[in-house]
Amino acid sequence: MADDQARETDPEPGDPAAGPEVDAPEVPGDPVAAAVLERFPAVVYRESHGQPVVYVPRAAWRAVGAFLREEQQFTMLLDVCAVDHLLAPERVRVDGVAPERFEVVANLLSHPRNRRLRMICEIPAGDPSLDSLAPVFAGAVAPERETYDLFGIEFNGHPDLTRILMPDDWVGFPLRKDDAPGAVPVRFKGDPAPR
Amino acid sequence: MTDDTTPDDLTPDDLTPDDVTADATGDPAGLAGAGDAPGVPAEDVELLPDDEELRLLRQTDEGAQEMRRVEDLVITGGVWPEGGGETTIMNMGPQHPSTHGVLRLMLEMQAERILRVKPVIGYLHTGMEKTGEELTYVNGCTNVTRMDYASPLANELVYSMAAERLLGLELPVRAQWIRMYLQELNRMASHLLFQATNGMDIGAVSMMLYGWREREEVLRLLELITGLRMNHNFIRVGGTAADLPDGWEEQTLEVCDLVERGVRDYDELLTEQPIWVERLQGVGTITTEQCLDLSITGPILRSTGFAWDLRKAQPYLAYDDVDFDVVYTENGDCFDRYRIRLAEILESVKIVRQCVERMPPGDYRVPDLKVTPPPRARIDESMEALIHHFKLFTEGFKVPAGETYVAVESPRGEIGCYMVSDGTAKPARMHIRGPSFYNLQAIDAMGRDALVADAVAIVSSIDPIMGEVDR
Repeated sequence: MADDQARETDPEPGDPAAGPEVDAPEVPGDPVAAAVLERFPAVVYRESHGQPVVYVPRAAWRAVGAFLREEQQFTMLLDVCAVDHLLAPERVRVDGVAPERFEVVANLLSHPRNRRLRMICEIPAGDPSLDSLAPVFAGAVAPERETYDLFGIEFNGHPDLTRILMPDDWVGFPLRKDDAPGAVPVRFKGDPAPR
Repeated sequence: MTDDTTPDDLTPDDLTPDDVTADATGDPAGLAGAGDAPGVPAEDVELLPDDEELRLLRQTDEGAQEMRRVEDLVITGGVWPEGGGETTIMNMGPQHPSTHGVLRLMLEMQAERILRVKPVIGYLHTGMEKTGEELTYVNGCTNVTRMDYASPLANELVYSMAAERLLGLELPVRAQWIRMYLQELNRMASHLLFQATNGMDIGAVSMMLYGWREREEVLRLLELITGLRMNHNFIRVGGTAADLPDGWEEQTLEVCDLVERGVRDYDELLTEQPIWVERLQGVGTITTEQCLDLSITGPILRSTGFAWDLRKAQPYLAYDDVDFDVVYTENGDCFDRYRIRLAEILESVKIVRQCVERMPPGDYRVPDLKVTPPPRARIDESMEALIHHFKLFTEGFKVPAGETYVAVESPRGEIGCYMVSDGTAKPARMHIRGPSFYNLQAIDAMGRDALVADAVAIVSSIDPIMGEVDR
């Protein structure tokens, strides 16, 4: 399907010689992703069901956000959320992106250019932290609190990183796959595996 | 993290910045105590930060998502105003008739004037995103429909569209028109609900009855079509649950007439009434820049002169085939938000009338037995149909691994669904971007320098649905 095609044509990151040639066939469909790739060579582009997605290294997360806002007219950060891939039996692999347990996902919208872009950052389980986008987009304050609350991902530079939906004395991060109730699956007789 | 080490006197009123630092330094044993507590897994403790201040942020006691003075907070492009002298922190809610459910506001005030507002949410959090991971794609709509309970069909639509994009399904034309027709009926019901509650919050109590009266007519029509007044579970992956019933055209036109007459009455009753205008005009103003910065969508964004509507800008369903206008105003105050929602009811009526006229024939769902159940009559005569039906409602259908984000325009703004599939019959992650959750961020920008009485008008004009905020 679309995933397979995207996987075949993904550019090789960190390979400056092959960069332009590999980029050329797939990036023209999305000028924004092309501009991001040009400025940040470590970023990997992928098309997901017709939507442009850029995989951003952790160190460049806020810089890419600021670049999109200031130079690419991305006026609104629509959403920040996270995904826990701990139990995923099957997962989309992207060439040039080392899969980690967590992914933080930010959806951005440019009103003047009427296009969307999704930023994804791989977050290792051992050090779940990421630069906050709140200094760039003030709208990131609430969704990053929610992501912290439900996944335990720390956002550096966030002005008010507290629990937002769960009670303040809650232990654990509920949307992690190893957190209850997901950690205690209902088992039926003869059931080979949970999920 | 427990409690015995936390000072008991950390009440909201005491939580001035000085207290925070004093407690932070005065209680260095708190984290160690939590870590040594039996039953706390070691991994969790490791994730806790060493930083003293951060530790305190989550170590506080009851009522702790408290206001702290954060000097460099970027909201609205400035720092928190300096109180200068005596300020009071007052709680509004969570049980307050004008907070539309369980919204709690912390108002820092100087006499009657509000210096800043912080919404405290989570009272209605029921882990619906976690539940969504445990339900198959067939069951999923019953879950999401309960999020924004004033416009449940928008939730079902965005969930279904996300799953359909992962499946690569193309819907029949009639299914898309039925969905659009239902969306607009739901928008009418939702905005009528707003007119009713907004009127009551401001003090025009008769509006409560009038708005409810017309909304009930719309809900009666929805009940005729879907079988339920709310939480319909009617829009499902692959189409809708059923076709439109006999006689829906006449009933719809009747309701359209009723609603149009109702909107004319409200307009006459309120729009030029001096008390109403005095109460709302210039209250809770917000600018386009603030809206864009704070991720605010829907009628609030359009009230600032920014005509952005996903139905026009990024058309989905059949919205590019129907004729309607995007309503926007220039002032960004409570009065404009009232006017926009009033006018949007009429635009929805316009779309619904076109649906009645031009509803195309055809199938109301994809005829793919792997995704939608076979017709009831087939089950009696076909073994294969019976097996499909059984498999669909026990195991569901598998969705290829992938991820996608789909957004539609709900009555409150952009509702989005970020869905990740891991190749099984249940989504690995199902996140709903609830517009109310983001729109609540506007409350501080709108409430600055307003009076306490205006806070009620401001909350009402944001029109938050707490089921969607807390999920």
